[in-house]
Amino acid sequence: MRLNKVFGASVATLALSLSMVACGSDDGDGGSDADGGDLCGKNLAFLGALTGDAGALGQNMVNGIDLALKEYNADNPDCKINLKKFDSQGSPEKAPALATQIINDDTIVGLVGPGFSGESLATGKTFFEAGLPSISPSATNVTITQQGWTTWHRVIGNDDAQGKADAKYLTETAGASKVFVVDDGQDYSKGLAGTVKDALGDALVDSDQISVGDTNMSAIVQAVKSSGADAVFYGGYYTEAGLLAKQLRQGGFKGTFMSGDGSEDPNFVKVAGAEGANDAVLSAPAAPAPADFGATGLYATQAYDATNIFLAAIKDGAKDGQEINEFIGSYTGDGVSGPIAFDENGDIKESKIFAYFVKDGALDVENPEAIE
Amino acid sequence: MDFGNLFGSPENFLSYTMGGLVFGAIYALIALGYTMVYGVLQLINFAHSEVFMYGTFAVAWVFILLHGTGSATWDLGEAVPVLLVALLAACALSAGVALLIERVAYRPLLNKNAPKLIALISAIGASFALAEAMGLRDRFAEVFRLDDNLADYVAPGKARDVFTNPVTIREHDLFTIGGYSLSDIDLVIIVSALLMMVALDQFVRRTRFGRGIRAVAQDPESAALMGVNPTRVVQVTFVIGGLMAGVAATLYMMKVGVTRQNAGFILGVKAFTAAVMGGIGNLRGALLGGLILGVMENWGSAVFGQSWKDVVAFVLLVLILLVRPSGLLGEALGKARA
Amino acid sequence: MNPISNALRPVGQAWDSVMARYSRQPVVVKVLILFVIALFFYALPLLRPPLITTNEIDFGGVMFQVAAFALVALGLNIVIGYAGLLDLGYVGFYATGAYTTGVLTSQHGSWPFFLALPVAIAVTMVTGVILGAPTLRVRGDYLAIVTLGFGEIIRICVKNIEWLGASAGIKDIPHPNTIGPKATPPFDPGGLFEIPRVEWDGLIPHLDKDHPVYFLVFGATNAIPYYWLILTALLLVLLGDRLVKNSRVGRAWEATREDEDAAELMGVPTFKFKLMAFALGAAIGGLSGSFYASGQGGYISPDSFPLLLSMLFVAAVIVGGSGNRWGAIAGGALVAYLPERFREFADYRLLFFGVALTVLAVWRPEGLLPPRRTRRAKAAAAEIEALEEGELDEELEETRNV
Repeated sequence: MRLNKVFGASVATLALSLSMVACGSDDGDGGSDADGGDLCGKNLAFLGALTGDAGALGQNMVNGIDLALKEYNADNPDCKINLKKFDSQGSPEKAPALATQIINDDTIVGLVGPGFSGESLATGKTFFEAGLPSISPSATNVTITQQGWTTWHRVIGNDDAQGKADAKYLTETAGASKVFVVDDGQDYSKGLAGTVKDALGDALVDSDQISVGDTNMSAIVQAVKSSGADAVFYGGYYTEAGLLAKQLRQGGFKGTFMSGDGSEDPNFVKVAGAEGANDAVLSAPAAPAPADFGATGLYATQAYDATNIFLAAIKDGAKDGQEINEFIGSYTGDGVSGPIAFDENGDIKESKIFAYFVKDGALDVENPEAIE
Repeated sequence: MDFGNLFGSPENFLSYTMGGLVFGAIYALIALGYTMVYGVLQLINFAHSEVFMYGTFAVAWVFILLHGTGSATWDLGEAVPVLLVALLAACALSAGVALLIERVAYRPLLNKNAPKLIALISAIGASFALAEAMGLRDRFAEVFRLDDNLADYVAPGKARDVFTNPVTIREHDLFTIGGYSLSDIDLVIIVSALLMMVALDQFVRRTRFGRGIRAVAQDPESAALMGVNPTRVVQVTFVIGGLMAGVAATLYMMKVGVTRQNAGFILGVKAFTAAVMGGIGNLRGALLGGLILGVMENWGSAVFGQSWKDVVAFVLLVLILLVRPSGLLGEALGKARA
Repeated sequence: MNPISNALRPVGQAWDSVMARYSRQPVVVKVLILFVIALFFYALPLLRPPLITTNEIDFGGVMFQVAAFALVALGLNIVIGYAGLLDLGYVGFYATGAYTTGVLTSQHGSWPFFLALPVAIAVTMVTGVILGAPTLRVRGDYLAIVTLGFGEIIRICVKNIEWLGASAGIKDIPHPNTIGPKATPPFDPGGLFEIPRVEWDGLIPHLDKDHPVYFLVFGATNAIPYYWLILTALLLVLLGDRLVKNSRVGRAWEATREDEDAAELMGVPTFKFKLMAFALGAAIGGLSGSFYASGQGGYISPDSFPLLLSMLFVAAVIVGGSGNRWGAIAGGALVAYLPERFREFADYRLLFFGVALTVLAVWRPEGLLPPRRTRRAKAAAAEIEALEEGELDEELEETRNV
């Protein structure tokens, strides 16, 4: 009897301790490998627009991520990391449900994204409360990093940095004294144009706003002409930028036409036509991609760099979201898009803005000028 | 609110007004399609915006076909031959799409005497489907393994992106009044719209088909009793709307040069607004409504800023409907004098 | 007859027989049945049944969107289905409710959500009256374009006015108050108790305790409490809808819809009732918008209220069955659910939608679940047709026999 009891007790104790060990080891495979043994086989997530009208931008980012993962997995065949894609179609309404799906998926250890500022604002709290670190390659709204979400970072300079540099270029390098600023009313565009307006100070002669999808720019063209402006800055994307540039030139405008990274795309030249686009200046907070960089398009280099930071964290042995987040916070290095280090809000510390020129009917992506 | 901007100098005033007339002419041509279908069927053809959009793609495709994809800038004179071919293609495609809409989305419902609301829903569905089909043309091409051959036309991977005409047509100033210079393209657009309206007016008044249209607009049953084939008349109405849209598409591409699969949408809503403003069912009303809308939009931009431009259009519509519910020129198609 | 009607006829007959049996039950049984059905819907996001659940996007979040859409469809059904007014700008009311809530709770005040909710509904109702007063005098087709215009005007105004957040929108909209201990991220989830959800392995369910719902925490990580809240509102509105439809107001609407001139002649103040329909529909739209604003994301922007959404709302009501509150709910649920269930076909979503609208409009114009009066009218028309053909045959028989 007593033997049975003792036997039973020890079996119970053994079973109990085995189960505790089994439960305990769910959180990691006892990894003290310097080569990131813990998170192998896990996933990174991408949240952004993959379909719909803005889908091309999301595809660019995914191309950048895939490139980084391909290189990493080739170098670390026993420790592959994969990508799970979540298509928000760029809309902030769909994003929260996708965010919940992401945080409930235990195989996802980090997020490259969200792609747009609207989605970032709608999901930042969700990721923060769940402790999932994220690095956005493209969301530039200034207020995102003011929310106190310590898990949110971005590898792209926010609208403040680019706007100030653009204003500087216009007044100093281009020598303009009367600048007309136009934007398309969207969050990114208004943010960028707003910073430019503030930084221009007295050099700002007037401003106006169009809508995405507008094709009739005649009113703006006339307003520009009658204001006597010698430079026009457009905050927005390449379609409206191209149409504006074309109609300005057709209307006889001879000054400088400048726009931001949303227009820094070969499509700008196509839309504006060679004559309309010539001599346009397009700024972007990214250095030209290296010649053999396998992924093209706006934001591809940023997505590539963001992915590599996660991969470096994993390689360094980070075991969970908190450690990855700390790694990101203390990371310094040189990415394809420029030098990367984050400040305490998640913004990138140094953001070099480059001016790209349209010459001879083509966007010159190889020889930009850095705006100091 | 800056009235000084608009009325300050003759140059400004003329520029805003003439610029408005140019786009207004394009609205008017599209509005003709809406007004004709409404006049005959008392139905809003929501899908007419896609009829226009397909026309714009036809123009771009013709230029790519005849010129290739290299960027170029031509003068209006050199572009005329290609433009004429593009015009034919646009009219053909637009008319074809219009007939398709009539056959699939409207005729079954008209035969059943279904409530107007259902016909409207059917048209909305057709509108979505057509616009999306254009946005998915690269996938469709893939299914038929044509995506490589037709890559320039279907833009694989970028079918929803903006689609440009590689040839930009340079505008030349013809003459100058008060500081404002009228360009050749602008003149062509305004004159074309006027000509088309006159032609259509004559067609409706003088030809047999025109009489048939007016008869069906007045009273379909009596018209049938008098030997008019209502189905045929409806088809002709849709085709005419398609032709007008094709002309509008060519002029639009001449001036703007870019299109995308949702390009028809906002233009369609504005054109319909113009048709209602002028008096729906009234051809001259469509022209008047279109021109007034174009000018008011530009004036509104000048005074309130371009971001309020669309609001101007709708507020104008509401005001006109409140004061004069049948529109500015009121008269319906069926009441036109013989 | 066409394939869709043929397929749906037995469904309609089965539904009729089920409803007949149901109405024969004593009240206690009826209440019990309704209670069980309601309980099922509350538990749905927890149960996550295999074919219905969405694997690529959080099912709870999808259910929230479905319920919000169904609520909107209910409201629009009053305007289109009961009163016969075609409204193509309904998204304007949705936006008004959302923005009023946003402004009161975040942008320019810090009201708690449940205090802002009735104000949002009231403001939207007033907007409905202001919109309706001048425009309800114009004819049906014109009403459509004018309401479309108003929807756009509201969106553009919201986008351009700084006080309303302009294009940046309003963020940080507080959630409804948590019942129970508050959550303190990241480790303390709060709430009174946990409710586990169900994971399915093929057809075998088992409890998943790792991703529970904390009762009743309105946080940023779980949409299910919001779903429960909006489902409760939906049930209350359903009740109200039933009461209104069976009252003098509902009958006035029916008279106005069928023949406005005749109704006026019979002494029905049609304008007043049309305005009431508009205002009531607006109020429900505002209610749903308000819930959307303080939902999981806590962020609204002008881009959340495009014209396309108005079209989808109308499509939901018409496809579901205009005039039938269950049809409206079904339509709303389908329109919100299908795109998320079939996310792999995301790119084809709108194409499928457009084709479905046209096909349904042509082959089943009365919608999937038409109201009883339409079904009766159709049945009567079919009977008359059959009788006429039958009589013709009989006459031929007689002449032959002579």
